[in-house]
Amino acid sequence: MMRDQKLWAWHLIAGAVILVLLGVHMLTMHMEGVIRIQSLNPASVEHVDKDRVPQTRDQKSDEEDIHPIDWANVRARGVRTLYMASYIFLLGAALFHGLYGLRNILFELNPAVWLRKTLSALLLLLGLGLFVYGAWAAVMARAIARAWKA
Amino acid sequence: MSTKFENISYRIRRFDPERDTAPHWEEYRVPYTPGMTVLEGLWKVKELHSPTLAWRSSCRMGVCGSCGMLINGKPRLACNTQIAELSSDTVVVAPLPNFDIVRDLVPELAPMFASHQALMPYVIREDVEEREHPTNEFFQSAHELEHYLQFTYCIKCGCCMAACPTFATDALYSGPMPLGQAHRYNSDTRDGGFAARKQMLVGEPGPWRCHYAGECSRVCPKGVDPAKAIQLMKRELVFDYLGLHKTKCPANVAGKPTDGKRRDNIPEAPPHTV
Amino acid sequence: MLDSKSHPNRLGIWGWLGGGRWGVERYLYTLHRLTGLGLLAYFLLHIVVTSGRAFSAAAWTRAMSQVSGPFFKVGEYLVFLAFCFHAINGIRLGLVELGFAVGKPIEPVYPYRTSVDVQRPLALAALAVAFVLAVIGTISMWSD
Ligand code: FES
Repeated sequence: MMRDQKLWAWHLIAGAVILVLLGVHMLTMHMEGVIRIQSLNPASVEHVDKDRVPQTRDQKSDEEDIHPIDWANVRARGVRTLYMASYIFLLGAALFHGLYGLRNILFELNPAVWLRKTLSALLLLLGLGLFVYGAWAAVMARAIARAWKA
Repeated sequence: MSTKFENISYRIRRFDPERDTAPHWEEYRVPYTPGMTVLEGLWKVKELHSPTLAWRSSCRMGVCGSCGMLINGKPRLACNTQIAELSSDTVVVAPLPNFDIVRDLVPELAPMFASHQALMPYVIREDVEEREHPTNEFFQSAHELEHYLQFTYCIKCGCCMAACPTFATDALYSGPMPLGQAHRYNSDTRDGGFAARKQMLVGEPGPWRCHYAGECSRVCPKGVDPAKAIQLMKRELVFDYLGLHKTKCPANVAGKPTDGKRRDNIPEAPPHTV
Repeated sequence: MLDSKSHPNRLGIWGWLGGGRWGVERYLYTLHRLTGLGLLAYFLLHIVVTSGRAFSAAAWTRAMSQVSGPFFKVGEYLVFLAFCFHAINGIRLGLVELGFAVGKPIEPVYPYRTSVDVQRPLALAALAVAFVLAVIGTISMWSD
């Protein structure tokens, strides 16, 4: 039997991990217009510093603006091992937290025992599959980013 | 405010297992007197309109826990609910949801009591002999009593179970009443049954399906606050998983006072008659 | 147990959503579920889409251009709002469900003050913080 005592404790721990890492992630991606942190979006800041005399955001034209999701930033973040590691960590925590939450909801619908087992197995497979794929992507992206730099 | 009306309507969900395939609503009008409870109104309906109307009640003073019903959309005790407090001249009464309907307003509470029993709601100790044939009381301070006293006021009316969103779908979840009562014994210093109850509580019947919608505590007619008990239980179990749970030895038997002397002016008790 | 043809009366999913005069925590519970499901759906897609960077820079840029445009921008905005709520309400739930914000057992004296009332300020504070975060994020996302 899957022990909910154990799973729920980890659900909470994973939630705390997500809170920190996804907080940083959200800061990077969506709060960029408000708070710009160099280490999170290195390319944006380099770009502003090097290519132009000091300026405000409003003075820049659109095509010069480097977004957090532009390759330059993705590359700049991706070369760092710490980033890669935290991506993988976040990936694992979020997959577990989310899929256990889903399992909770599904189980509360009172499925039959065979369905419970099938659902658990499917969710486990889905989670492991996506974890391996995502982790592989982070590792590969780092390699590509390094090669690009060189 | 509602003292102004003379008559009051009762909309009652009726179900007769011999005749009906599904429950249906019926409406009755009964005279209203100030201070009337929903339970008194039901008696009036039975007296004036429908002698076959069935429900459970006994103490009519919020003590026995028989008369839990869904009254104007909320699970409450019929005897403990003033018609005046409903702010409506129609009293809508249905059996407690989440339990099968035996007949009219009578819910089948047996599954609730089965879960209750499964979680061993009694003092468990290794010294069975002392437990069964006590020689003296167990030590417990007034402060220790406070850890569980609130949860002892439960009258097992089932209102919390009717309000719980999880119990609305999940039959494996024990529900607020049994879990609250398990915690009542887990937090009793005389009890040593945490490990035994844990066998059940770590799995599906445990507190993990509670997501703190808070309904059970909101509807509890005795202020027992099952949601509080369940969260405290979760903490104990999570701490237990992390190896932080302090295992307590059940309280010792209090020694007999040795140096007490009988006062002279107290007469001897009369001899036993049986 | 007597052998009666009792009638089933579980509320079912309707019981999850409410269906009476319930309190604020009941709605927070529902919203936490819905936002959780939304976030999970987004996250699973997000893994697949962003893993495009494993192939090449061009693949990344292609993937990103596929998910740009107003439809995705609005979708992303909704995900952000869901995140604000789910994260902050999650902190409250963590505290409450570990028994840290529900108060100690007390003698129930009428009118009863339950753990739900004890944690209410926390619930309201969580809503307020989530709202502030959502406003900051809204300004940030839609300002350019
Ligand atoms: S009749 Fe006893 S609690 Fe209502």
